[in-house]
Amino acid sequence: MLFAVLSGFLLATVAPWLHRLFGRHSGWALGALPLGLFMYFGSFLPEIQQNGPLVIDYPWVPGLEIRLSFLVDGLSLLFAMLISGIGFFIISYAGRYLESHRDLARFYVLILAFMASMLGLVLSNNLIALFVFWELTSITSYLLIGFNHEDEDARKAALQGLFVTVGGGLALLAGLVMLGMVAGSYELSEILTQGEWLQAHPWYLPIVLLIVLGAFTKSAQVPFHFWLPNAMAAPTPVSAYLHSATMVKAGVYLLARCYPGLGGTQTWLFLLGVFGAITMLTGIVMAVRSTGIKRVLAYSTVMALGTMTMLIGLGTEKAILAAMVFLLAHALYKAALFLLAGVLDHGAGCKDFLQTGGLRRAMPISTLIAALAALSLAGVLPLFGFIAKELLFEATLQAPRWAWLFAFAAWSAAILVVAVAAIVGIRPWYGAPVQTPIPAHEAPPAMLLGPAVLALLGVFFGLFPWVIAYGLLEPAASSVYGQPISLPLALWHGFNLPLLMSVLSLVLGLLVYRYWDQLRAQTALLDQWVRFGPERGYEAAMQAMVRVAHWQTALLQNGYLRYYLMATLLSTVVLLLAALALNASAVQFYFDLSGVMLHEYVILAVLLAATVMAVTTRSRLGAVASLGAVGFGVALIYVLFSAPDVGITQILVETLTVILLVLVLFRLPRFLGLTSTALRVRDALIALTVGGTITLLMLSTISTHYFDSISSYFIENSQPEGYGRNIVNVILVDFRALDTLGEIFVLALAAVGVYAMIKLRADRLKKGES
Amino acid sequence: MAFVVGGLYAAAIYMILRRSIVKLVIGLVLLSNAANLLIFTLADMSRGAPPLVPLGALQPAGAVADPLAQALILTAIVIGFGVLAFAVVLIHRAYEVVGVDDMDKMKDTDT
Repeated sequence: MLFAVLSGFLLATVAPWLHRLFGRHSGWALGALPLGLFMYFGSFLPEIQQNGPLVIDYPWVPGLEIRLSFLVDGLSLLFAMLISGIGFFIISYAGRYLESHRDLARFYVLILAFMASMLGLVLSNNLIALFVFWELTSITSYLLIGFNHEDEDARKAALQGLFVTVGGGLALLAGLVMLGMVAGSYELSEILTQGEWLQAHPWYLPIVLLIVLGAFTKSAQVPFHFWLPNAMAAPTPVSAYLHSATMVKAGVYLLARCYPGLGGTQTWLFLLGVFGAITMLTGIVMAVRSTGIKRVLAYSTVMALGTMTMLIGLGTEKAILAAMVFLLAHALYKAALFLLAGVLDHGAGCKDFLQTGGLRRAMPISTLIAALAALSLAGVLPLFGFIAKELLFEATLQAPRWAWLFAFAAWSAAILVVAVAAIVGIRPWYGAPVQTPIPAHEAPPAMLLGPAVLALLGVFFGLFPWVIAYGLLEPAASSVYGQPISLPLALWHGFNLPLLMSVLSLVLGLLVYRYWDQLRAQTALLDQWVRFGPERGYEAAMQAMVRVAHWQTALLQNGYLRYYLMATLLSTVVLLLAALALNASAVQFYFDLSGVMLHEYVILAVLLAATVMAVTTRSRLGAVASLGAVGFGVALIYVLFSAPDVGITQILVETLTVILLVLVLFRLPRFLGLTSTALRVRDALIALTVGGTITLLMLSTISTHYFDSISSYFIENSQPEGYGRNIVNVILVDFRALDTLGEIFVLALAAVGVYAMIKLRADRLKKGES
Repeated sequence: MAFVVGGLYAAAIYMILRRSIVKLVIGLVLLSNAANLLIFTLADMSRGAPPLVPLGALQPAGAVADPLAQALILTAIVIGFGVLAFAVVLIHRAYEVVGVDDMDKMKDTDT
């Protein structure tokens, strides 16, 4: 199982070489993997039918309780088979569709990685692993949407999709971590059995809100729906894949997956039901309003996602089953239609429905496939879409609350869906032939195979629904619902209310199609309103972010060393003083002057005076001289307080420093009065504050020892182990010899640097002279 | 002692905040002295007890000053000198190339 999930990533890494090896047949060659995976996942079906869900476990980060475990049940298998099955058609199709594209190899890498991420997402049993795969799909889809990266629209759309989905992903992560904390486990198979405990917990509401937010952004629910139609900037095979089986269905998957643990409450019903219904209506209205082929399909995907969200929100046995049936039906016809949109683009150069018409003669097979897929979309007897539609009506009519409202919304949407189906299935193919940008011709077999098989499956499942119902849909619905569901699917449900609604929607939908052009003109006002929609909000937010970034950069990265220092120092001081003030009772200031001798006072006074002199003098030589005085004063302190070695070193170094400064300083300019008095006072205040804080700190910590110094070890072992009587020496050259080696390196490096800079100048001068 | 270290820190920071790059160097020297003294003071100060082992003995007689802090400071002094030498020559070079001593002006001359 681990290998099956990761095989997509593995193949992605070698895809460019395989592409070179197989040339134009690489689509078929690489498509073999999804096909194999499809069969592999299919082989699990009988087993889980008999033994129930299967958990396959690999340790990953044992310390953090993150396991790479996979949950194989009806729901994950349904998704996994859709992903791999449609993936096969997409990859083989893309092999021809993007044949002449120079970045085809890159496309293979991305789409395979994307497929593997999706598989990991739907199969993960661990919340953290699920989240990692979730983000991987966001990132790979970003790269796929922006595949034509030289196109600015594509880049913008990709970024938009990324921001929206990753923003939701952040909410999701918070929700998942809270869920894991409440449930006491990060394994889905353990969490989902604790539904009652979860729903009674005070954190239930935030958890649901956060997870639903993540799912809504991914699945393009209102008000996050705007990124999906924009994502149409991607190449057609990508759109087909993202829309039919994968990316956007990830949110639906998550909601379905969480249903046993979180679903069934009023909150759940309200959130998912209402937002789903609104999304459904918004999506389909926008679809009818659009004319671009892919845009119409994209908005109808928004509608389908809304429908599924609503059905999962309703949460009845029937609604869950309807959601699963609808999911499968939608995946089949939507993939077929998107691939056909690519065929239209490829074979006739059309990207807009207004440019098309009468292509039936030039592209007979495409016409047939389009008709089948569109009939399934419209939900016409005897196609699979009809069953989905009947179940949808039944489920909404039996909704636990607001049943009539949901049913009416579903029915209104269905009318417009019929109109969209007619636009897609009739408009390009029938009627008077229109001059197309390139002479219309039928697409090659590799591009027709996918849509043909998918459309025929729609017919087949419609005629023989029990084939798929028993093997795949019932286990899937059961694992969502939490208990076995067995509802025989049948094409014919008898004369009842749903059938009446279905027929009425067909008639009204065709009427809408008949007056499509007038309708669009009439509702042009809507476009004005849409411009103020959530996309506007997104753009405003992005601009605000850029402005804040500018302002912040200007403020913090201003290029003045002293402002950086001031910020650092002052925040340190404030934090330290605050800590001191808060713990005032525990702090003892150690202040004892009794043991200080007179000559020590003199040295300290000289030291301070020299410091003041070094700071205030306007003469460079004076400054250097006082600096030397400070250094020798410090050396005296070392000598007086039992550190002869340090003292000797200090004296040597101080001498060298003074010589060096004297040598170099006189090649540098005189001190200039660069700053005003006010600034000097401000800087002096800052400096005094820092110095004062250090003093306070020293007074308070000087008597504090949290643990024994390791010095005692060095003192005891210096002679026995290191054979040296000068302990400081032994530490430097024996116990801490590596540190000393590092020190020597630093010095050598500095020496090389100094030498190089002086040498460089000498050469330059020589050249200038000659 | 604490007051001296605090004073040294204050002076060093004041110098570092100046615009003249030569003053920055002086500030650095003061700062390294201040830091060394800080470490030295925080390890217990004791008079006339250098960390030496008498001839022929295995342990020092009686308590001695903390040798670890001294070793640290010794290293720090030498490194501080290396850094200083490098900085001084670097500044000298920069001054030759750029021709200004004012850090605010150097900021804009990186072309």
